Amino acid sequence: MKRLLFILPVVGFLILLGVFFVGLGRDPRALPSAFIGKPLPAFTTAPLRPGDQGLSNTDFQRGEPVLLNVFASWCGPCRVEHPVLMRLRQEGVAIHGLDWKEDAAAGAQWLAERGDPYIRAGNDQTGRTGIEFGVAGVPETFVIDKQGRVRYRHVGALTPDDWERKVGPLMEQLRKEP
Amino acid sequence: MLAEVGQFALILALLLSLVQSGAPLWGAHRGDGVLMAVGRQAALLQGGFVSLAFVCLAWAYVTCDFSVALVARHSHTTQPLAYRFAATWGSHEGSMLLWVLILAIYGAGVAFFGGTLRETLQARVLGVQGVLGAAFLGFLLFTSNPFLRLSPAPAEGTELNPLLQDPGLVMHPPLLYLGYVGFSVAFCFAVAALIEGRVDAAWARWVRPWVLAAWIPLTAGITLGSAWAYYELGWGGWWFWDPVENASLMPWLLGTALLHSALVLERRGALVSWTILLAILTFSLSLVGTFLVRSGILTSVHAFAVDPQRGVYILGILAATTGLSLALYSWRAPAIRSGALFQPLSREGGITLNNLFLTALTATVFLGTFSPVFIEMINGDKISVGPPYYAKTFSPLAVPLLFLVVFGPMLNWKRDEARKVFDRVRIPAIVAGLVLLVALPFGGLKGVATAGGLALSAWLILGSVWILGRRWWSGRAYLGRAIRTTPRSIVGLVTAHAGLGLLTLGITGVTAWDSDKVLNMKVGDSVAFAGRTLTLTDYDIVEGPNYQAKRAQFAVKGPMGAYDLRSEKRWYPSAQSQTTEAGIRVGPLGNLYVSVGEESEAGVIVRLWDHPLIVWIWIGGFVMSAGGAVSLSDRRVRVGAAVKTLPVGQPVAAE
Repeated sequence: MKRLLFILPVVGFLILLGVFFVGLGRDPRALPSAFIGKPLPAFTTAPLRPGDQGLSNTDFQRGEPVLLNVFASWCGPCRVEHPVLMRLRQEGVAIHGLDWKEDAAAGAQWLAERGDPYIRAGNDQTGRTGIEFGVAGVPETFVIDKQGRVRYRHVGALTPDDWERKVGPLMEQLRKEP
Repeated sequence: MLAEVGQFALILALLLSLVQSGAPLWGAHRGDGVLMAVGRQAALLQGGFVSLAFVCLAWAYVTCDFSVALVARHSHTTQPLAYRFAATWGSHEGSMLLWVLILAIYGAGVAFFGGTLRETLQARVLGVQGVLGAAFLGFLLFTSNPFLRLSPAPAEGTELNPLLQDPGLVMHPPLLYLGYVGFSVAFCFAVAALIEGRVDAAWARWVRPWVLAAWIPLTAGITLGSAWAYYELGWGGWWFWDPVENASLMPWLLGTALLHSALVLERRGALVSWTILLAILTFSLSLVGTFLVRSGILTSVHAFAVDPQRGVYILGILAATTGLSLALYSWRAPAIRSGALFQPLSREGGITLNNLFLTALTATVFLGTFSPVFIEMINGDKISVGPPYYAKTFSPLAVPLLFLVVFGPMLNWKRDEARKVFDRVRIPAIVAGLVLLVALPFGGLKGVATAGGLALSAWLILGSVWILGRRWWSGRAYLGRAIRTTPRSIVGLVTAHAGLGLLTLGITGVTAWDSDKVLNMKVGDSVAFAGRTLTLTDYDIVEGPNYQAKRAQFAVKGPMGAYDLRSEKRWYPSAQSQTTEAGIRVGPLGNLYVSVGEESEAGVIVRLWDHPLIVWIWIGGFVMSAGGAVSLSDRRVRVGAAVKTLPVGQPVAAE
């Protein structure tokens, strides 16, 4: 019986190792495949900016590809990513924002202080909406095509490099699609 | 040329580490003194060659040798000298070289200072250290070679991430690595003890200073990291529960448990197999920390290199070191004699309780960090764990532990009486009770928590210092002598525990009373905030060495006098990135924190924070680390020093 106690650590570790190994095989940046090519699920959210409308899935049928950026003021990487979004907005890229798991006041203050790169911005206080389309954490950025379908998901801060190599060219390609 | 020298030195170091992992283990098994001596020489030489390789890389950075691919990726001619040097460990490859360097230096340290150790024990420790060295040198050379050339060499490099160009961050990784890697020594001792099948007093006397030597820089490193996040990320938070922060907190929590359980082992010969298990787990968590940052399993700001191949290699190292050592543990540990018995109410009992709490705290952080991975595996849901999880799980465990800390050093070894213990803490308890009564009437429910936090801080600080007070009071007839003869380990203990009290004070203050304000300001505007008046006196564009900045100057008038503050928004053109330099007035009662934001039609957006008492968080952290250093300087703890043993079980109260 006492021996079993000493075997416990190694058994626990082997289980953990298995989890890590399986975890390594998956790309944490990969979207659950079920969403690629499918339309965004129907949703509506409360407004983030006072006196504004919220964000809903119909906002994505604009006749141009749109980025959906999920962020929060409590998130460190969002700070790193924010100047990039500001630059993209100035360059005319359409970006909607979803403020995730916090009070609208906190998110609105963040935008007031740092600048607001979003056309439409919603507040998802409970995190329900984000979870429905598979947000794992913040920041995440989705590429939505002209038909309102999810085409790509980027997990983590969007760096200038990510934009140049992957997201930018994809947006360009989607712009040419009917 | 130098890059090739560095590369060659690394290859030699790898070969030496292979020798070091074979010869001494075999020599100890056969009782062959020559082979064991080979292990010592190999460890010393390995230390020399890895240092040479590190110097070569650092030189390439300092002289901007862009023909080295790594240098071209993280250095720039306009980058100030200090940051060109610090960039040596600012990349994945460079930081792994630093990791290996520290490992090799610790190995050389065991070889150099270990003369008083039993020869077979030293040989086995060095052998295990050699295996670790070979694994990480292999990782460096085969998956992350820092010396790869680039042809043709570019005329200019890409800059180091501007967020990392900061004095705090120059020291942060080396301190953390001194801590992480320092636990490898305890790990090697644990595995060596399992191979030998015996643990004696000499073993315990040796392990504790090495654990302490790792704990001191780790504590300082975490504190520094928190301070850096506070002033550099530009929004005044001091802890984010980011996976990478958690990765440093977990070995710290478990290392703290190890520090205490090793004390019981050293003084009383108890908790033998538990201490060995803690030593293995603490170092394993350091490895998990390394793995976490580099594997891409979790994403974080700190993640520099997400590369599955590297992840697999590190997972392999983790499987081999932790897996084999835990298997060895399950096989050999039951046979190691268990130590002396003790009553539940005793110093040993107190430390056991401390260990239970610290282990539970480690488990909460571990679950919080990894549960997203587990849950996704079980049902495919992606979830995220944020600060609310830690508020619900970590704090309820941390508060009782903080309350109990004061009792620990007041307990006698072996057995004690509750009445006498309460008698010893009577005065700190009365003072803390008074603090609670005075603070309680202010505020509602939040006020209760605040008053509790303040009382807890007073209890911790006074209750720790009281140990010295009691000691000196009982020897008051010869006060000078009583002070002089107080062992430094006691002064260290008091300092470290009081530092914990200062930390609690800081957390309480900033959690209870912080306030902030956002507004638009034009030059000449004034605003009243938190008892002070701020005026924006100047807003202009300035040129830095490798950045352009919009700089806002403020004149502040307050009860603590008048002073100037400046905050900048910096743009680094070659890195295409922006940072905010907050203007911070640091004071013992509270910090005033000003950060400029975007420009708007109505001027520039300014955010103001008042952070009462926050500075005590970092002072507390550094005081804890200093306490460790004082304790390490005690003759009785010092590595290799002859030991005047106290008769075992002698009740020495308040020590």
